[in-house]
Amino acid sequence: MNNSTTLHIARFLLLVVVQITVLNQINFLGFLNPYLYIIFILLAPININRSLFLVVSFLLGLIIDMSGDSGGIHAAACVTIAYIRPVILRSSFGLSYEFQTVKLGNVSFGERLVYVTLMVLIHHLILFSLEIFNFSHILLIAKKTLFSSVFTLVVTMLVLVLFRRRDS
Amino acid sequence: MQQIINFLIRNKNSLLYLLLLFLSLFFTVQSHTYHKSKFITSTNFFIGGLYNWQQGVTQYFDLKSENEKLLEENKKLRNRISSLQVQDSLTSYIDSTSFATPYLYIKANVYRNDYSKLDNYILLNKGSKDSIQPDMGVITDKGIVGIVESVSNNYSSVISILNSNSSINAGLKKSNQYGSLVWNGKNPNVVQLETVPRQALLKIGDTIITNGRSTIFPKGIGIGTILDYKLDRSQNYYTIDVKLFNDMTDLGYVYTIQSNRKEEIQELVKTQNEQ
Repeated sequence: MNNSTTLHIARFLLLVVVQITVLNQINFLGFLNPYLYIIFILLAPININRSLFLVVSFLLGLIIDMSGDSGGIHAAACVTIAYIRPVILRSSFGLSYEFQTVKLGNVSFGERLVYVTLMVLIHHLILFSLEIFNFSHILLIAKKTLFSSVFTLVVTMLVLVLFRRRDS
Repeated sequence: MQQIINFLIRNKNSLLYLLLLFLSLFFTVQSHTYHKSKFITSTNFFIGGLYNWQQGVTQYFDLKSENEKLLEENKKLRNRISSLQVQDSLTSYIDSTSFATPYLYIKANVYRNDYSKLDNYILLNKGSKDSIQPDMGVITDKGIVGIVESVSNNYSSVISILNSNSSINAGLKKSNQYGSLVWNGKNPNVVQLETVPRQALLKIGDTIITNGRSTIFPKGIGIGTILDYKLDRSQNYYTIDVKLFNDMTDLGYVYTIQSNRKEEIQELVKTQNEQ
C-alpha cells in the first residue's frame, strides 16, 4: 500500500461521488451529461495488473449503473475500454508506450487529445447503444454519442489540465 | 489437459473480459425486462445514503418553488372542501364503520429524477418501512408520475411514465374511450396515448385522465391535455400527443397511492378466472 495506490483509490471514490451527485444531474440542453468518471481508467498506471484493472473498471461502471438504475451499460462500456486500452495507448503514443515511459502529464497536447478522444468515443458509443438498445433509433444513438462525447471531452481535458500534478 | 490449462492462463485477461462483459450485458437485458427482480438498483443502502446526503445539501435551493406548489394545492383543496361541505349538509351523514377509504396517500421525497434517457427511473426516500409496495401508483397534486417498481427498507425506485417499458391505462375525460399511455423518448413533457378507437371524438385541448380500470390509480387523476392527434397506420386507432400537466423535469414531493381494495378486486378476478 504505497502512496500512489492510495492516490488511485482516493481518485476512484472522489470521481464516483462527484459523478453521482453533481455530473449526472446537469442535463445540459435536456439530455447531455459529462461522464467524467472514466478519467480513472484514463489515468490508471501503464504497468497495472490487467486482471485487477478489468475488475476495478467493471466495479466502477457497476456503481454508476446502480446510481442510475441503468442495468449494466456503464459496466459494459468501462470494461471494454479498460480491455482495449493498451491498443489505444500504443496507437496514440507509439514508441514511448513500448518503453513504458508515458506519463499523461508530460506528453504533447496532440497525443493526449487523440488518446482521450478515442477512449471517450468508444465508451460513449457502447454506452448509448446499450442504453437505447434498439437499432431503429440509430440516429438517436449517433446524436447522443456525438454530443455527449464532445461535452465529456471538453470537461475531461479541462480537468486534466487543471489538476495536473506539478512534481511529475 | 496441459494445453487447456496453458491456454486458459495465456488468455486469462480476455476470458475475464468476456465474463465481465457478459455479466454486464446480462444486467442490461434484465433492466429492459419489466418486472423482474433486479440486483442492480439504486435502492440499496450505499447509493440511497449518498442521495440522502446530497438531498440534505440541495433541498434548500428549491424551497421557494416547493412552497408555491404547496400553496397552490392548498388553495385547490380548500375550494374542494368548501364545496363538499355544502353538499354534505344536504345529504345524509356517513356510517362510522365505513370510514375506511379506498385509497391512502403516502408522501415521499424525490431523491433522483431522470428524464434524459429512454428508460427513466425515479428514486424515492420511502420504502417498505413506510408500507410502500411494488405496483403502487405515484402522483403529484397535478398528475401522474409513475408506478413503484422495486422497494428496499428505506428507498423505492419508480418506473417513470417517461420509460419505454411503462404502459398505463388512460382515457378521455369527456367519454369512456381509453388507450395506453406510452412515451416515444423525445420530449419529457409530451407522452403518447395509443390505441384510442377512431370513434372517439377528439379536440385539441381535451383533458386526458386515468380511468380507474386498474387497481393502481384511482379514476380521475389528471394526466394532461391533447396537443395533437392522428390516425395510426391501421387507420383504426388514434395516436394522441398528450402535453403533461406535471413538469417531469421538476419533481420535489410526490404521493404514492395505496389501494385498500386491491386484494379484494384481485381475489374476485382470480375466482372469475378459475371458473
